Amino acid sequence: MNTGRKLTVALAAIAAMGVAASPAFADNMYGPGVTDTSIKIGNTMPYSGPAAAYGAIGKSISAYFDKINKENGGINGRKIEFISLDDGYSPPKTKEQTRKLVEQDKVLIVFQGLGTPTQSAVHAYMNHKKVPQLFVATGATKWGDPKNFPWTMGWQPSYQTEGQLFATYVLENVKDAKIGILYQNDDYGKDYVKGMKDVLGDKADKMIVAEESYEVTDPTINSQVIKLKDSGANVFFNVATPKFAAQAIKKVRELNWDPVFLNNSVSNSVGSVYKPAGLENSKGVISLQYYQDITDPAIFDTEPYKKWKAFMTEYYPDGDQSSSFTAYGYLVAQTMEQVLKQAGDNLTRENVMKEAANLDLKLDLMLPGVDIKTSPTDFFPIESMMPIQFDGEKFVSLGKVVSVN
Amino acid sequence: MTTDVETRVDPRLISGAKIPFKWVGLFIILGAIIPFVVEGYTAFQATLIMIYAIAILGLNLLTGFNGQFSLGHSAFYAVGAYTAAILVYHLDFPVYVTIPLGGVVCFVAGFLFGLPALRLEGLYLALATFALAVAVPQILKSSHLEGLTGGVQGLDVFRPPVPEGLPLTMDQWWYLIAFGVLLIMLWLAWNLVNSRSGRAMMAIRDNPIAAGSMGINTSLYKSLTFGVSAFYTGIAGAMAAIVIEFVAPDSFTFQLSILLFIGLVVGGTGSIWGAIFGGFFILMVPNVAEEISTGLSYAVFGVILILVIYVMPTGFAGLVKMLGVRIKKMF
Repeated sequence: MNTGRKLTVALAAIAAMGVAASPAFADNMYGPGVTDTSIKIGNTMPYSGPAAAYGAIGKSISAYFDKINKENGGINGRKIEFISLDDGYSPPKTKEQTRKLVEQDKVLIVFQGLGTPTQSAVHAYMNHKKVPQLFVATGATKWGDPKNFPWTMGWQPSYQTEGQLFATYVLENVKDAKIGILYQNDDYGKDYVKGMKDVLGDKADKMIVAEESYEVTDPTINSQVIKLKDSGANVFFNVATPKFAAQAIKKVRELNWDPVFLNNSVSNSVGSVYKPAGLENSKGVISLQYYQDITDPAIFDTEPYKKWKAFMTEYYPDGDQSSSFTAYGYLVAQTMEQVLKQAGDNLTRENVMKEAANLDLKLDLMLPGVDIKTSPTDFFPIESMMPIQFDGEKFVSLGKVVSVN
Repeated sequence: MTTDVETRVDPRLISGAKIPFKWVGLFIILGAIIPFVVEGYTAFQATLIMIYAIAILGLNLLTGFNGQFSLGHSAFYAVGAYTAAILVYHLDFPVYVTIPLGGVVCFVAGFLFGLPALRLEGLYLALATFALAVAVPQILKSSHLEGLTGGVQGLDVFRPPVPEGLPLTMDQWWYLIAFGVLLIMLWLAWNLVNSRSGRAMMAIRDNPIAAGSMGINTSLYKSLTFGVSAFYTGIAGAMAAIVIEFVAPDSFTFQLSILLFIGLVVGGTGSIWGAIFGGFFILMVPNVAEEISTGLSYAVFGVILILVIYVMPTGFAGLVKMLGVRIKKMF
C-alpha cells in the first residue's frame, strides 16, 4: 500500500513536471537540425553501384543549395546544410544511412531519397519516427498516401498519374477511341493501366477493346501487337520498357497499322527507343513531359534556359548539361526551397510537412501550364503534363496541357 | 615399462583445443555492455556487424576449413532473408521462429546445391556459385513469384514490440538477440571445427586424395559443409531481414557476396573469431571511405583494402596471432 502510494505520488509529480515543461516546448518553433542560422537537410543517393548515374541529381541539388546559400544567404537567413550520403542503391545501406541522418546528424527532414526499393526500406521507419520523407525520387504510386503515410510525399508524376493523364488526353482529343493496351506484367505496368481505367470510369469497359501483357523475360511482343491490331483498336497505349517499346513501334508500322500511338515516359527516349525503332517509323508517337527538354535548341534563347545554364556553369561546372537529371535536380531543389520559405520561422517537422502539402508553385523550367500543387489530401505534386509528339527529329508540343483535376 | 616417444604432433590434435575462457569472458562482458553505453543508431550498426559476422563465419567454414570457394553466399543470405520475410508477412509467424527456419531452409538449399557442385573444384565452383548469386535477385523479381516475394518493391517485415517487462529499446533488444545468436554460432563452429568432422573437413581441404584413402567420405562431407555454411548464412539473412525490417531483391546483389568474401579474407581464413573483425570491416570501412571522398568512395575502399591485405596477409586473426608470438618471444 505504502510503496504503491509513494509510486503514485512520484508518477504524479513526474506527470506534473511534464505538463509544466510542455508549454516551453511549444514556444520553440525549431525542429531538430534547425538553428537561427542553419537548416540541416539529409539525403541518400546512389553515388556508387549500378545506379550511380542518378548521382548527378544529388550533385545538382547540392549545387543549387550552394547557390542560394551564396546569393541569398540561405532561406530566411538560414543556410542550408545539405548532407547527402551514398547508399549504392542497396536498401540495407539506405536504412543505415537514413538512420544516421535522423539519429546522429539530426536532420530536420530527409529530401529526395532516390529509388523505389531503397525508399521502401525506410518508408515505415520515417513515418514511425515522424520525420518528413519529402519528394522521394521514384515513380511508384505509394508515396502519395497521406492517410496511412502522412510523412511521405513523392514529386514526379507517378506511373498511375501518367496513366490518368493519357486517358484524359484520349478523352479530349480522340473521337470514338478504341484503346488497345500493351503493358508489362508487373507493378509498373499495372499502375499505368489502373490510372487509365480510373479516369475512363464506366466507359473503360467499352473504350478499352484489348489488353495484352508481356513478361520482362519474353523475347518479343510481336504476337501481342498483332492481337491488339486485330481487336480493331485505333489507339495504341504502350506501357513497355525501351527494348519492347522499340519492338512495338516497328511491329505496328510493319503491320501497316496507323493508330494514335501513346508511349509511356519510361520509354520516351530518342537514343534507346526511337533510333532503334527507326526515326521514320517513330514519327507521330505521342508522349507526356513535364519539364523542358534541355537539349532542344528551340529553348536555347529563352530566359529560363539561360538562367539554368548560368547556374550549371557557375555552381556545377562538371555537370552534364545535356542530361535531364541535372535539370530535374535543379527543379526539385527549388520546390524544397519554396517549402522552407513558406514555413518561415516555424521550422518544426510538422510545419514543414504542412507547408509541403500546401504548395501552388510555378517553376520556369517546367513546361508552360504544368504547376506543382498539393493539398492535405493530395500528395501528388505534379499532376499535369504536356503531350508532345515526335516528328522524326525532335519533340513538338501539342499545345494544351492535360491535367488530372 | 613404457617408453616415452617424443612426438611433434600439434597437441591440439590429441587433447583438443581449449576455449580461452579469459578472453571469451571479457568478450561477452564487453559485448553485453555496449548497447547500454551507445546510442540507438550505433547499436543498430553493431547489430549489423554481428549479422555479417555470422554470414562470414559460415563462408569461413566452407572456404577456410573445407577449401571450397563460393561467390554465391549472397544467394543463401537472400533465401534466409526471404524465408523470414515471407513467413512473417504472409503467414504471421512470430519473428523469432523465422530465424532458425531461415537457417534450415538454407541448409537444405546449400546441401542440394553442394551435390552437383561436388564435380566442380576451385575456380569452376567459384563460377557456378557466382551464377547462383546473379540469378537469385532476378528470380526474386520474376513475375511468377511476385505474389510471394513482392517483386521489385520487396516486403516489409514488422517486428513485434520488445517483450513487456524488459526495460530495453528495440535496438538494444535486437542487439542482444544478435549477440546471443552470434555467441551460439561461434560456439557451434568451434565445436564443429574441433571435432572428428572438423578434422575431416580440414583433411579434405589439405589433401582430398589422402583424406579419401583414409576412409573419409569426401563427397558427403563436402555437401554437408556446404549445407552448414548455407545454414549460417541463412540465419544471418533472416536476422538481417528482421533488423532492417525490409527485404528487396536489390538488397542481395552479387556485391554482397564480394563483401562477405572480403570480410572473410580480412578477418582471416581459417579463424573462427576473425569473422567478427570481418563484419566490422565490411560495414564500417565503406562509410569511412565515403567520408574521405563521396565520388571516389570505391577507390578509397580499394586502397584501404590493399593496405590491409598488405599489412596483414593472413587477416586480422593472423596478425593478432603473430603479435602474440612476438610479444612472448620478447619476454
